[in-house]
Amino acid sequence: MSDEQEVLRATARDFVSAHAPVAHLRELRDRGDPIGFSRSLWTRMAELGWTGVVLPEEYGGSGLGYAELGIVLEECGRTLVPEPFLSTVVLGSSALLLGGSEDLKRKILPGVCSGDTILALAHQEYGRFAPYAVSTRAVGSGDGIRLDGSKTFVLDGHVADYLVVVARTSGTPGDRGGLTVLMVPATARGLSVERTIMVDSRNAATVRLEGVMVPASAVLGVVDQGADLLDLVFDRGAVALSAQLFGCLAEAFERTLRYLKTRVQFGVPIGSFQALKHRAVQMYCEVELSRSIVLEALRAVDEGRADLPRLASAAKARTSDTAGLVTREAIQMHGGIGMTDEEEIGLFLKRARVAELTLGDGSYHRDRFARVSGY
Amino acid sequence: MSLEAFRSEVRAWLEENCPASCREPVDGSPRRAPLPSDLVLWRRRMGDRGFVCPAWPTEYGGGGLGATEARVVAEELRRIGAEPASSGFGVSMLGPVLLEHGTPAQKREHLPPIARGEIQWCQGYSEPGAGSDLASLQTRAVRDGEDYVINGQKIWTSGAQSADWIFCLVRTDPTAPKHEGISFLLFDLRAPGVTIRPIRLISGASPFCEVFFENVRAKARNLIGKENGGWTIAKRLLQHERTMLASGVAVREAGPSLSALARSYLGEVGGQIADPILRDRVAQLEMDRLCFDAARRRSAEAARSSQGPGHAVSVLKLYASEMSKRSSELVIAILGAQGLGWEGDAFSPFERAAVREWLRSKSATLVGGTSEVQMNVVAKRVLALPD
Repeated sequence: MSDEQEVLRATARDFVSAHAPVAHLRELRDRGDPIGFSRSLWTRMAELGWTGVVLPEEYGGSGLGYAELGIVLEECGRTLVPEPFLSTVVLGSSALLLGGSEDLKRKILPGVCSGDTILALAHQEYGRFAPYAVSTRAVGSGDGIRLDGSKTFVLDGHVADYLVVVARTSGTPGDRGGLTVLMVPATARGLSVERTIMVDSRNAATVRLEGVMVPASAVLGVVDQGADLLDLVFDRGAVALSAQLFGCLAEAFERTLRYLKTRVQFGVPIGSFQALKHRAVQMYCEVELSRSIVLEALRAVDEGRADLPRLASAAKARTSDTAGLVTREAIQMHGGIGMTDEEEIGLFLKRARVAELTLGDGSYHRDRFARVSGY
Repeated sequence: MSLEAFRSEVRAWLEENCPASCREPVDGSPRRAPLPSDLVLWRRRMGDRGFVCPAWPTEYGGGGLGATEARVVAEELRRIGAEPASSGFGVSMLGPVLLEHGTPAQKREHLPPIARGEIQWCQGYSEPGAGSDLASLQTRAVRDGEDYVINGQKIWTSGAQSADWIFCLVRTDPTAPKHEGISFLLFDLRAPGVTIRPIRLISGASPFCEVFFENVRAKARNLIGKENGGWTIAKRLLQHERTMLASGVAVREAGPSLSALARSYLGEVGGQIADPILRDRVAQLEMDRLCFDAARRRSAEAARSSQGPGHAVSVLKLYASEMSKRSSELVIAILGAQGLGWEGDAFSPFERAAVREWLRSKSATLVGGTSEVQMNVVAKRVLALPD
């Protein structure tokens, strides 16, 4: 890691522990905050350059890479920071950056960098991540495009200023061809958004589109070939989410390790029992492999490597499965205290479960890894 | 010289000097055992060129290369599937330990023959009563003038039947606490009083031996480190061994890919391996290898920037050996009934070899410290969990 990256990590860790510890999420949850994160904190994160970390300088970003974004996301993952990184900085911005017209980029990306604009990607329609299983229709109508359909599990959809909507312009649900990606302002007529309260106290929404009209200039990428854009966006999303999830699982592991050293039963720390030691080592092994594949995948995005799809799936599968293992073991090893709402470890279990399912779990990514590997 | 120029130089040298029977056949025909005369020639050429131990100092017979150049040599050897010019015990384990702990005289005596591929070493560690609990070893060495006199027995000694010398853990003080009475001694296996007996394994092969010592005399100048100070050296050598074992897995598994195997034995439906469950297991294992390779590279980078392998290596050995077992299990599962053959023409040579490899692979989590011992080491040294 370079000196600059070390400084970034230290800065991120200090900022997050001072301003966005786990208590920040708990407080938002307990007071039933209507947006579910802190606008003022988001603005301060923008001032630190975190929202534009991977965006080019011409749009107000800092033009760094995923290696740097990964550092910020890992640190945010450690305290379960609920601010809208994945939706806005990764999914929404990538779709726009990789597929948007110059006009659209100039119009929207500076707001992302300043923290004023929130984006959300509305792709999923069923209970499981299936990027081409889209039946929401987009049909040419007059000199615009008409959208009808519904979306579920739209991360930060309830506060987004723009929704990046995946719609079908030809073919049938499940076809890779025939998808089109469109930028829809939240103020569009016929768009209704309903917040859903998730187990991790973070934000998602159900979105309904009934005769929503957008101009032809709202298309990102190429009509009917939206999957080409989406594949890139989902790979970046999977890598970024893996980095964040890695922070979450590494923290859960380290907290559990501390507990093993301090909790005394039968007159000795429970971490002296071999039954627990060996399980702790097995977790550590998985944690280290997760760390390695996440770093490798982040680097692959920055280097534009051709094997990114395989690495992205390997990273998401590994962190999803490891997060499941570590948080299950964390609760078991914390014993009764881990079952209480007061102890923070349970919040890691909840977050890990949602992140595991977001953008595809281990089983999805093994299938996808096999497909992109040609078997 | 630029790295690329160096690489082409190495490549050209290997092209000219590696005998055909000591490398992967270029025409794709099945590989056969190297001709003994070729192997002798190959060892000598590699030794003369300093490529057996490219990173060792030239005064000890090494190539005097930097870490990057040494890696290029290793990569080029791998590229042509070259036969190792020397067993790993001298090159990967004893050599590094001598470089750190040997006296100048000991280095001059023992390192050059290793680097020239002339002397093959084996490791005298385990005993019938000292497996995972290695420090309870009982082989005695008693000082007698300029010699030590050794009595006892070693077991699971890999390659002892073809080795020339042994590095051996012996008890020099039976009254001290068990870790404090052990010494690290080198001696010639052809000395009078040494008996070597191969052990036949479940795979049918005999890579391990029992080695018996009856009044064997060893020169006291071949004691490495202090008398009764051998345990520290023994542990250091184990770290090098784990590095070697962790890297060995990736090399060994460079053969036909699991997915290719699965496609040919299970068939395809719509471009996918027909059995969805085995397909999932293949994907899991191939992803695990990606993760492991990434971890190994990270660990190697860390090791280069500090002093040799750290305790984190235990995690890699642990994972590599478990993965190697799973891989062999999966191959057998893919082969189905063809993965049950032992002898005869009903099974292809590959299938018969796969069955034996499956049996052999069970030792991956036993040699160099069982998985359970590795977990104890990591729990204590890395995670700092209490005793």
